[in-house]
Amino acid sequence: MSSILEVKNVVKQYGDYTALNSVSLKVPKGSIYGLLGPNGAGKTSLIRIINQITMPDSGEVILDGEKLAPHHVQHIGYMPEERGLYKTMKVGEQALYLAQLKGLSKAEAKKQLQYWFEKLEIQGWWNKKIQELSKGMAQKIQFVVTVLHQPKLLIFDEPFSGFDPVNANIIKDEILELKKKGSTIIFSTHRMESVEEMCDDIALIHKSNKLIEGKLIDVKKEHRTNAFEVGILSDNIERLMYELTQQFTLEQTNFKSLNDELKLEVQLGNGTPNALLNILTQNGQVTHFVEKIPSVNDIFIQTVSRK
Amino acid sequence: MSVLSLIIKREFIAKVRNKSFIVMTFLSPLLIVGMSFLIGYLVNMNNAEVKKVAIHDESGIFKNDFKDTKKTIYVDLSAMPLQVAKDTASKSYEGLIYIPKVNNPKELLTKVEYISDDSPSMDFIMSMEEVIDHQLTQNNLKELGFDYDKIEKAKTNASIHLTKFSGEDSIKGLNEIKIVIGSAFGYLIMMFIIIYGNFVMRSVIEEKTNRIIEIIISSVKPFQLMLGKIIGNSLAGLLQFTIWAIVGITLLIGVASFFGVQTGAQASINPEMINAAQQEMGGTMQSYIKEILNLPLGTLISCFVIYFIGGYFLYSSLYAAIGAAVDSETDSQQFLLPIIMPMMLGVYVGFFTVMNDPHGTVATVFSIIPLTAPIVMLMRIPFGVPWWQLVISITLLFGTFLLVVWFASKIYRVGILMYGKKPTWKELYKWLKY
Repeated sequence: MSSILEVKNVVKQYGDYTALNSVSLKVPKGSIYGLLGPNGAGKTSLIRIINQITMPDSGEVILDGEKLAPHHVQHIGYMPEERGLYKTMKVGEQALYLAQLKGLSKAEAKKQLQYWFEKLEIQGWWNKKIQELSKGMAQKIQFVVTVLHQPKLLIFDEPFSGFDPVNANIIKDEILELKKKGSTIIFSTHRMESVEEMCDDIALIHKSNKLIEGKLIDVKKEHRTNAFEVGILSDNIERLMYELTQQFTLEQTNFKSLNDELKLEVQLGNGTPNALLNILTQNGQVTHFVEKIPSVNDIFIQTVSRK
Repeated sequence: MSVLSLIIKREFIAKVRNKSFIVMTFLSPLLIVGMSFLIGYLVNMNNAEVKKVAIHDESGIFKNDFKDTKKTIYVDLSAMPLQVAKDTASKSYEGLIYIPKVNNPKELLTKVEYISDDSPSMDFIMSMEEVIDHQLTQNNLKELGFDYDKIEKAKTNASIHLTKFSGEDSIKGLNEIKIVIGSAFGYLIMMFIIIYGNFVMRSVIEEKTNRIIEIIISSVKPFQLMLGKIIGNSLAGLLQFTIWAIVGITLLIGVASFFGVQTGAQASINPEMINAAQQEMGGTMQSYIKEILNLPLGTLISCFVIYFIGGYFLYSSLYAAIGAAVDSETDSQQFLLPIIMPMMLGVYVGFFTVMNDPHGTVATVFSIIPLTAPIVMLMRIPFGVPWWQLVISITLLFGTFLLVVWFASKIYRVGILMYGKKPTWKELYKWLKY
């Protein structure tokens, strides 16, 4: 799959402080791409460079095969973490203004705006001022102005913060629909559950460096620990334990289940799942047998604390 | 529509629709005209009060020398004993002038007393002293054997006739008129810069605190946004100024004609004097108007426009940079002072040096330094400024303007993305290198 956005060896320094240390990324077309990293890692600096708010000291950014240029702003939609709109301006005028700044004609902007207002059922808000709206309502407007000009690339910084679960779900569905229509979406977030749920690809930035990048599934494979969670109802626990410790490393663990069984985390080491299963079946009733897949959260914490 | 004109339009509309802007636009002229009439009325009322002052003259030297004026009526209580006169005066008079009996009139130079519980105005004291001096001088002259009346007759009162080398008559007081006109223009520019520079700054701060700035500059260049802001706000300012001028002039004419009728009625007590005065006034007025029309009005107005644009852009880009650097208006104070200082300096230097010597070194230098030029040069223009000075001054102004805009836009670009801290001068300097 070709990439819509390619960041090549981008360096950004503020005085003596290096915000981005030769960072390279490839964002595949049509994907949802999770940009992860702790606070101060350099995510915002990178996003600002992609949005041409600041310029990199060296390196380049390629958007859809072309070197990033001023006219590309109309292909990018950006929702910053610090949400903001003109408080005293009317919703409709404001959205029109922002869309026109992105290069839409007034008529086209109006058409798009009507489409979105109907879709999100907020037609009545056209003449309201932002300061009359609740935070959640303003967030919806913020979302609309971000996607209004049908950008190829959408960048959401913490997209779900500030939304209640119902609205967060609406926005999530809209984002998935935009993806279906061919937009590429970059998430910058700390909320790992939404990454787990929605992202196809991820990159992890920490202390100005990119540490991990790739398909979510590949990253997970790379970080698999070869550990299994097992549950077993056994009459002869002593023998079971003896046989297991001959081959594997064991640890007591806990997971939700309906039985009062023995719960173990087994590190396979050089052994195979079948060998483990053999021992288990010979010694009792297996109730639970699952490979322990690292969550994005685990990977995140592991990687960040290792460096 | 281009991005810049979109921004200008939005800034203009946002400003003009603002409630406080609308209120200020229509209320200010009313307030100013109302205030000036209130002040005029109060001053008149103050002047209309007549003071009664008693005189107790034991020396017999001052018979009728204390003459009644509009403000003061003198009543001679010399016939009463001093104590009675004092009692009377303390009850029903403003004060008592006590002139003791002396052997030698010269002693009176220091012995005349004014007894009053209110402290008298400087004017009044001087007028009393003048009367005493006049009388004692007369006495002295007589003693020395001079004929006072002859001396009085011998006194002259010269009046220099002012003409130009071209042979035209000039009139006295023209300098003052020139100063007033020049200062008015200079002052106008300063007011405009301060008021609308603040508008620009506030609008930058607003975008920053609203956090919309990041969305806007992901679509347009910070420089375009800054320029659009400055132009949009200045257009709103020009509209406000125009409305002020129209409303103010209409009001002034209206109120003046209303009051004019009244003063005419009051003055009918002595129509002859008024007529004579009016004729004389009319004559001078005509030559004044002629002189005003002779001023380099074309140069004045075109320079006003040029200096206005240069000065306003120079300062408002500084205001924009400050707005970008701070998080709230309260934090802006420390950075505003260095901006307001040169303007104040311009106004005061203008008032004091241009009036004395419009082509002196100080006035000339300040009319060339770009930060004070828009104010001081306009004050000088009515006196005629050599064209080469204008050229240097304007070139420098626009050169500095470009430099400052460049410098301000750098600070602006970095500052708008810095939240939550109050920068120091050192940091601002560092931003220039980002």
